[in-house]
Amino acid sequence: MTKPTAYNREASETQPPLNHPGYGSTAERSPGKPLVLLPHSLSEITGPLYGQDSIGPNDHDLTRQHDGEPIGQRIIVAGKVTDENGRPVPDALIEIWQCNAAGRYIHEIDQHDAPLDPNFTGAGRCVTDGEGNYRFITIEPGAYPWGNHHNAWRPKHIHFSLFGNAFVTRLITQMYFPGDPLLELDPIYLSVPDAKAREGLVCAFDLENTVPGHALAYRFDIVLRGRDQTPMVG
Amino acid sequence: MKKILTSSQTVGPFFHFGLKPIAVLSSEDIPGEKITITGAVLDGTGARVNDAMIEIWQANSRGKYDHPEDQQDRQTTPGFTGFGRVFVNGDGGFEIKTIKPGPVDWLEPGQQAPHINISLFARGVLRRMATRIYFADDPATGGDPVLNLIDGPGRRNTLLAQPVDGRPGAYTWNIVLKGEQETVFFEV
Repeated sequence: MTKPTAYNREASETQPPLNHPGYGSTAERSPGKPLVLLPHSLSEITGPLYGQDSIGPNDHDLTRQHDGEPIGQRIIVAGKVTDENGRPVPDALIEIWQCNAAGRYIHEIDQHDAPLDPNFTGAGRCVTDGEGNYRFITIEPGAYPWGNHHNAWRPKHIHFSLFGNAFVTRLITQMYFPGDPLLELDPIYLSVPDAKAREGLVCAFDLENTVPGHALAYRFDIVLRGRDQTPMVG
Repeated sequence: MKKILTSSQTVGPFFHFGLKPIAVLSSEDIPGEKITITGAVLDGTGARVNDAMIEIWQANSRGKYDHPEDQQDRQTTPGFTGFGRVFVNGDGGFEIKTIKPGPVDWLEPGQQAPHINISLFARGVLRRMATRIYFADDPATGGDPVLNLIDGPGRRNTLLAQPVDGRPGAYTWNIVLKGEQETVFFEV
């Protein structure tokens, strides 16, 4: 028998419900029966771990993945990954993807009538350092229309994917930009019940991290699930 | 004071160029019983979901996770992390090629039956949906402590991959997001 140190349960107001009427696609893609509460066994407190070796030199810099520079406002997106207790999460793989400055994804199913940028793919990867810090260089994404309701537009956002140290810490989210008037009209952003948690998805302008004459900067800190007791690792 | 947990948001329909598929079976030389699980993801209308991503997390054939907090006295397998990621195809279908995991320790004396931990992401899915794959033909499955948390054999059966007659190692298993045949999903 192995009784591992369990992770804290998610505070429900911080997470969107699976069925959110404002977001039409959730209706037939969310279970009608309640989730079954699973105690945390070895299967839940373990999870995939990555090392620096899987990251290429330009993976964190989305402005240098082609021969030329992409069109758009150059930005640095940086922050710290911690758990709920403020402990840094080092060596955490972060994967991001986004549309270009015109609001168009390189993805083949994106039919939005906005130009592709031959110098921008929009995908990046990095691993947090020993203090949980990460840093990407990219261009500010555009807003784009979608079919959820009449005249629906997604606010500017960057998708983030993180693993943390366990199956239960897996997180895929979206980072938004401050002052975007589309936020209060977006059912995906508004699916998060708690206002403070929602605001946590909005990055902050970060003057200190700007590169004078070159790039603006935003800060986006990410909080993964934690646990109150330190696990025994012998 | 605790920090506010970062909220989940949907993976959306455009993840395929940002996240990469990862074969859980990195090499044919990985020891263990080779298995292939095929199936489809279906929504509440019975339509096939063609933009889902499935992640796999599993122990090796000895029931050992490649993770420092797995303190079981068992060996990891070089080259086998136990992690994989597959995208469903245009028809909602998927195929998972891996090795059958061994049983792993439970919280109380005894073992969990061989199982694969699954995360599902898709457009229209606002947070990760967690489930497990068990093996209908494994004698340990009936006594599994997690399956026995689930009310009713009908619901438990949604987690059982069914062996395909005449094809050793081949299983079928569907993920049904909603409806009568709805797969059991876990709050982890």
